[in-house]
Amino acid sequence: MIAASYSRRKTRNGIWTVLAYAATALGLSMLAVILGTLLWNGVGGLSLDVFTKNTAPPGVVGGLLNSIVGSLIMTGIGLAIGAPIGILAGTYLAEYGANSKLASAVRFINDILLSAPSIIVGLFVYQLLVVPIGHFSALAGAVSLAILGAPIMVRTTEDMLNLVPNTLREAASALGMPRSLVIRHVAYRAVMSGLITGVLLAIARMTGETAPLIFTSLGNSLFTADPRGPMSALPLIIYEFARSPYAEQQKLAWTGALILTFAVLALSILARVFSASVRQK
Amino acid sequence: MSSHVRASMPIQPQPVETAKVQVRNLDFYYGQTRALKDVSFNLYKGEVTAFIGPSGCGKSTLLRVLNRMYDLYPGQRAEGEVMLDGENILSPDLDLNLLRSRVGMVFQKPTPFPMTIYDNIAFGIRLYEKLPKSEMDARVEQALSRAALWNEVKDKLNASGLSLSGGQQQRLCIARTVAISPEVILFDEPASALDPISTAKIEELIDELSGDYTIAIVTHNMGQAARVSQYTAFMYLGEMVEFDETTKVFTSPRDKRTQDYVTGRFG
Repeated sequence: MIAASYSRRKTRNGIWTVLAYAATALGLSMLAVILGTLLWNGVGGLSLDVFTKNTAPPGVVGGLLNSIVGSLIMTGIGLAIGAPIGILAGTYLAEYGANSKLASAVRFINDILLSAPSIIVGLFVYQLLVVPIGHFSALAGAVSLAILGAPIMVRTTEDMLNLVPNTLREAASALGMPRSLVIRHVAYRAVMSGLITGVLLAIARMTGETAPLIFTSLGNSLFTADPRGPMSALPLIIYEFARSPYAEQQKLAWTGALILTFAVLALSILARVFSASVRQK
Repeated sequence: MSSHVRASMPIQPQPVETAKVQVRNLDFYYGQTRALKDVSFNLYKGEVTAFIGPSGCGKSTLLRVLNRMYDLYPGQRAEGEVMLDGENILSPDLDLNLLRSRVGMVFQKPTPFPMTIYDNIAFGIRLYEKLPKSEMDARVEQALSRAALWNEVKDKLNASGLSLSGGQQQRLCIARTVAISPEVILFDEPASALDPISTAKIEELIDELSGDYTIAIVTHNMGQAARVSQYTAFMYLGEMVEFDETTKVFTSPRDKRTQDYVTGRFG
């Protein structure tokens, strides 16, 4: 009797283990297939032209320069707007708001924003900036990216500051340090790599977004660094060229996807390295 | 010449102990819970006062009133009078940061800041004074020497404060506290997380610092209280049962509860 129930338990244990491994293998193989397809289709298109020439009409040799620069500019501006808001709001939640009603409300709304469909954010900024101004602009694109990136930084900043032991805050206060100095010079410093991780994750998210840019920065086949006008971006050009009937544009779309994927992958790995170093302490 | 001057000075009468801190009818509340009940005592200038008693008796709470550390947390409040040089520090319009620069605190767990050993000391000084580099160097050395740590760290001042051993970290925290020249230093079980050798060093240090500073120390270790302090307060369930010279508290306590505690019958 005991032997029978034991062997049944062993069988169940075996099945469970196999299922867990199988699910992991399935997930990982999806990732491998995606990366493999990207490499297979994208590597062939990699050339100096991709980085030095602008997008071109069919029949002309073109590259992705304007899109790459556009992505960098819009992510940069988006970060300049979103990072201060995200980090300060996260600081409010962890250090000042704590369990107050306002803090709970902010936390709840932030959680909703974290999972808000990005197309909605794009439409919102379209109504907010594009319609009143009268034309599409990179600035509007950057604002929509900031709205997507800030909630990530709010969350990571709050989580990280909650890891700072109260004894450290007390020790700093015991020297007569004002609250704001305790936060800036002691608490931030104690979890600096965690804060950087949050910023990197936000950059990764912002760089990869397409939907919010469709309604805001629109895209631009010419090179421009002026954020007041429409601007190209890697996700936008992938979206456009992937639907193109011309083979060379489809190829560029694959190459753009490859560049974008590896840029985001590199940021995520960097974020991992930083967050590993915060846990070691 | 100078010896002549000294010899010719009239002999001063032994000065009466002056109270640096006078606590009168202090009550403390965590929300609705009354943690301190009508506590009154003095901290005498340049002397070490030890606070002993079983866990939860309110001795750490009492210490945290003396620099208003409880103010960091909502729902905690103190009633009564705590006079520092005649000024009530419980007054709501008191500048808390100024108070904490006068009343320093060393915690149970060593809490070095996540920065270099040098900056751990210099940071506190910079809050109050703007010094040229050479003067700052001298102040840092002085503080580290005062905490008997200089010889161990002088070659690695740019190493992280977190890289030191537990005992060294605690002395770094003492150096950091001493560096801003407080008048009173509060020690909250400063050696309870340390090994016996580090503990002995901390005790020596407290002994050396007394005289220049008025010191209050909370300890679970009665031997430690007997070794480092001139005055001892025994606390029980939020009340101050006995306050007297340390030798009296340990050899001829007036209260039965004190006697039971110091002889190890409970607690």
